[in-house]
Amino acid sequence: MAQLADNDIPAPEPPGHDALVQEIEAAQRGAAQRPGRPEAAPPAPPAPHDEEELQARFDAVIAADQKIEPRDWMPDAYRATLLRQLAQHANSEIVGMQPEANWISRAPTLKRKAILLAKVQDEAGHGLYLYAAAETLGVDRSQFLDDLDAGRQKYLSFINYPTLTWADTGALAWLTDGAAIVNQVPLCRSSYGPYARAMVRVCKEESFHHRQGFDALWALTHGTDAQRAMAQDAIDRWWYPALAMFGPPTRDSVHTEASMRWRIKRFTNDELRQRFVDICVPQAEALGVRLPDPDLRWNEERGHYDFTEPDYDELRRVIKGDGPAGRQRVAHRRRAHQAGAWVREASAAHAAKRRARAAADTAETGADIGVDIGVDTEESAA
Amino acid sequence: MSTADAAQWPLWEVFVRARRGLAHVHAGSLHAPDEVMALRNARDLYTRRGEGISLWVVPATQITASSPDERDPFFDPAADKTYRHPTFFALPEGVEHL
Ligand SMILES: [Fe+2]
Ligand SMILES: [Fe+2]
Repeated sequence: MAQLADNDIPAPEPPGHDALVQEIEAAQRGAAQRPGRPEAAPPAPPAPHDEEELQARFDAVIAADQKIEPRDWMPDAYRATLLRQLAQHANSEIVGMQPEANWISRAPTLKRKAILLAKVQDEAGHGLYLYAAAETLGVDRSQFLDDLDAGRQKYLSFINYPTLTWADTGALAWLTDGAAIVNQVPLCRSSYGPYARAMVRVCKEESFHHRQGFDALWALTHGTDAQRAMAQDAIDRWWYPALAMFGPPTRDSVHTEASMRWRIKRFTNDELRQRFVDICVPQAEALGVRLPDPDLRWNEERGHYDFTEPDYDELRRVIKGDGPAGRQRVAHRRRAHQAGAWVREASAAHAAKRRARAAADTAETGADIGVDIGVDTEESAA
Repeated sequence: MSTADAAQWPLWEVFVRARRGLAHVHAGSLHAPDEVMALRNARDLYTRRGEGISLWVVPATQITASSPDERDPFFDPAADKTYRHPTFFALPEGVEHL
């Protein structure tokens, strides 16, 4: 759009970006082309009350790399693990709108402002896709939100760090959305169908987030000395929070083993963290910035970069809400929700009025009067 | 105030037609007070990047589904009728376009 043009230097494609996008598409194709022929189907279902056989059938579906769907029997622990992961993920999307929303009103150009608005709107959407996936397991999303507001529910630790300068929005998107993609692309093949399908949508949108962050940093690193310094400072502050997003090291992770066995998760925290570092180094070189780790170097033998692990004690403290902005984030979420109560009440009242009116009309004429809401607009629109 | 107020809104299943010539495909679900808001929310949630040219929203309670427990008996009638597939019939050599 011409009116959004500004004087930015267009950024090249970040190295390594392509491979991730292709993986999302492969996961989507994989699910669509799963053979439906009888020979590929799992064994016949047992009587619904035989726990052992139900378990065997569930195991067979997982072993065949097929999807578990909402109305299938599933072990309680599988359901609990999914719910924990979905809740934490959805909350991270919802609370995760705040660090960047902080800069919408102060974006340097109209183009950057429009992009940032679109990104923050996407994050709200991600939260909603995930709540919808969680609701297929028979829970109500209000439960998640109440738990979040009461501080009973966790979200990703990076959100509790402040966004101090405009460059933080770029660094945050390049690094933490980048980490989110690396974490989430394998979830597009998660064994729970609604989760996997939600993740395909999420990942496609995340790759826009990742790219726009790189692009915003590119503009700064190709600007003035002050702009370059601002970009470097933001990257210095966001590097370790991004590394911490992959969670505790596998050796300390209590959930990894079960999640991998059930194919909810496909890689360990450590494998994903390594993959992220390997992707970031060439992108940092392209940007002309330094990653704040003096021990970061290529290890020929391993075929990976060696790096300094994040401070996991800090991670634990920040997840508990101790981050610089922890209490502020939850309080803001609660305030925003309360401030929107009148909108929810008004739309509920409006819906009730329309229902009552439609019922009265039906009683009067004996006919069911449809409401014209333009459901099928494509005929005239195209 | 609790968030339970929003939970009173019914659940709607959303179907999107990606382009002319394709069927509507299930995209996900959302909560909304009525069908008008459900359509608007569905547009904002599922078609932000031109993913659709037509939307259906259906109250989730209005969908009747077959039960996964009776999956095999329910679909059994189709299982032993391989003659319904053209590949059931062997063709003599040299016969084409059949
Ligand atoms: Fe997201
Ligand atoms: Fe994102």
